[in-house]
Amino acid sequence: MITAVLRRVGAGVLVLWAAASAAYLALLAAPGSTVDAIIGDGADTPGIRAQIIDEWHLDRPALVQYLDFLWRAAHGDLGRSYLLQRPVSAVIGSQLVPTLKLAVAAAVFGLVLALVFAIFARRLTSVIGLVLVSTPPFLIGIVLLSVFSFTLGWFPVSGDRSFAALVLPAITMGLPIAGTLAQVLREGLDRALEEPFAVTARARGLRERAVLTRHALKHALLPAVTMLSWSFGVLIGGTVIIEQVFGRPGLGQVTVQAVNSSDLPVVLAVVILAAAVFVVINTVTDLAYLLIDPRLRRS
Amino acid sequence: MTPPLVRVEDLTITFHLPRRTVEAVRGVSFTIEPGECVAIVGESGSGKSVTARSLVGLAGPGARVDAATLEVDGQDARRFAPRDWRRLRGGFAGLVLQDALVSLDPLRTVGAEIAEVLRVHSSRSRSERTREALRLLDEVHVPEPERRAGQYPHQLSGGLRQRALIASALAGGPKLLIADEPTTALDATVQAQILKLLAERRSLGDTLLLISHDLAVVSRLADRVLVMKDGRLVESGTTKRLLSGADHPYTRKLIAAASGRRRESTAEPGPVVAEATALRKVYGDRAVVRDVGVTIRRGEIVGLVGESGSGKTTVAQLLFGLVEPTSGQVRFEGQRFSGVPERARRPLRRRLQFIAQDPLSAFDPRWTVRRIVAEALPRGESVTPVLERVGLGGDVLDRYPRQLSGGQRQRVAIARAIAPRPSLIICDEPVSALDVSVQEQVLDLLAGIRERDGTALLFISHDLGVVRDLADRVLVMQDGQVVEQGTSQAVFEQPQHEYTRRLLAAVPTLEVSA
Repeated sequence: MITAVLRRVGAGVLVLWAAASAAYLALLAAPGSTVDAIIGDGADTPGIRAQIIDEWHLDRPALVQYLDFLWRAAHGDLGRSYLLQRPVSAVIGSQLVPTLKLAVAAAVFGLVLALVFAIFARRLTSVIGLVLVSTPPFLIGIVLLSVFSFTLGWFPVSGDRSFAALVLPAITMGLPIAGTLAQVLREGLDRALEEPFAVTARARGLRERAVLTRHALKHALLPAVTMLSWSFGVLIGGTVIIEQVFGRPGLGQVTVQAVNSSDLPVVLAVVILAAAVFVVINTVTDLAYLLIDPRLRRS
Repeated sequence: MTPPLVRVEDLTITFHLPRRTVEAVRGVSFTIEPGECVAIVGESGSGKSVTARSLVGLAGPGARVDAATLEVDGQDARRFAPRDWRRLRGGFAGLVLQDALVSLDPLRTVGAEIAEVLRVHSSRSRSERTREALRLLDEVHVPEPERRAGQYPHQLSGGLRQRALIASALAGGPKLLIADEPTTALDATVQAQILKLLAERRSLGDTLLLISHDLAVVSRLADRVLVMKDGRLVESGTTKRLLSGADHPYTRKLIAAASGRRRESTAEPGPVVAEATALRKVYGDRAVVRDVGVTIRRGEIVGLVGESGSGKTTVAQLLFGLVEPTSGQVRFEGQRFSGVPERARRPLRRRLQFIAQDPLSAFDPRWTVRRIVAEALPRGESVTPVLERVGLGGDVLDRYPRQLSGGQRQRVAIARAIAPRPSLIICDEPVSALDVSVQEQVLDLLAGIRERDGTALLFISHDLGVVRDLADRVLVMQDGQVVEQGTSQAVFEQPQHEYTRRLLAAVPTLEVSA
């Protein structure tokens, strides 16, 4: 069990290193000199150029530059945005929390809703799922906004100041997840309910609902966990549109601006961060698997 | 007089499937008295399982159960609501299914599975339930109950698993224990232990309903036997009467199948086809095959017997060139077959064929029978003659493996194996997944192929009964070693090794009194 955990963590570190290196290569491959690439659309003065050369050790051998970049990245120092005149970690850090909040809230809402559908409305799941999956999220968002914010005034129209501001965007992003997840869960439940252990459980006098929740559900969770972790990764990337619709701060906004203004240090940081998010999600997924299925614990 | 536990008259069970209606059980009547052991015997598809399951209202989805009388525990079960059935399940009747690896929830500990029955049927506290689960494990003779209760089904051996499953069925203190093929997935020695446990339950006063395809398995235990075929009850009576003189030809066929029949050969063994010397295979620090040597001649059937984990399948893989030996050598048709690149083996591959236990997973499910067999045939040859040789008609040509019965599937597997005219066929448990009556037919077929083509067979099985009926020579394996070998006659009539004697003693036999 411990070796299995260590192996997964080691693989995660390897992926992060590869992502950081790929990002660094992209920086080298950018048109013009490395200094030009880092400045982007920002102010271009001899002072700033000197500052960049000093910070990135551009006067040292290439290998030292690279190792120094890795070393700094490993310590959370992702350089400085010369466009925004702030450290990259500060730029991203302030935006990461709202995005994570939204993604987690949406994933939790999606999972809970999917469980409710799969357990209590098994026959309806495929219809509900189809409707939810085929409706574009921004449309859901606009409809929710006009009903609950503009007409009823229950939730704020924009911003991220209160929990109430999180509700509508989380529902918007969570609904399509619930749609797919409910279908995956239902399929898993249907399959598990036909297994011999389900017959044994019924033969003990269990109610059908208890056979479902106490036995079949755990089996159905395995594919659902994979599905959920995948959609969580997509969530992080997909927040851009929702952040626009609901006027929320977040990573999506930062990324769009950084790409538009060629703010390469920020773009690099976003790439590494995205890799880190996927590594964390995948590791958590693998561990969840071990937790759910004891047969996988043998190493 | 106490009333019967179960009284069934004119039971009919119909399955309404999307495109057709299947009458699984037609007009079956029987009773089960307290303290009795009744067995229902029949082939797969005879309706025996669904009959038993209908007694606890679990005939299955889409099943319609009709009966003139369906009395369970003195109540008219025809008007039962789901709630009434639930009260009976676990409480009045406990159900033991075939394979505990899948019949116990693989994601829960066996302790939790046993305690669950108590959760439903008693108001005991959590700690009392745990204690009771341990007591039940002890009662079915599971050693170290504390440790075992915390383990998952896959961590237990087949025998311990099955005991745990029985413990969970006993937990509600049922009046009736329904055991549906309770030993079919088990090795003979383990099967013997489980049968002993069931006999012990019976002597303690439990009422048993046994379901099996194998008359020999139930004959020692059952007071009465019901024989089912195609949904009908063809014969019933005391076990003694049926064995001494069955009326129905089908019953007599079942008895013949369970008694076994030696298939002698007139073929003289020819030159050596395959030879393995001093084979050794080590995985990690565990030697699964130790110093095994075997020679197979043309026209010879060599049996390789042993329990699961004895290393017999690894020997097959070594001979087949799927696994490289750690040391030792395999020669096939005079050429080196181990320690050479696969490229060197490939020209010989057609001469060496394989038949697996479960052909369903050995076929591409999207291929028709025609395509499966044609792939193995030399280019341009027709499929029909090969199928005729295994007793299959042209009607199966365009069917998919799933649409065939178990016996038909194994025939297709044999057709595929003989199609390239091999000199040796390795059969790994080729009849273990089949009903006894179908087993006999497949054994006849294999014997015929040896007789006519002179094909050598390596016949691997945990079932000494079928090996005795077919093999000329036998090798007995235990813990990766051959502990005894010799002609079938010598090994089976005068076993030298203690392990062989134990295996032999475990083979269920019919005591047919003339």
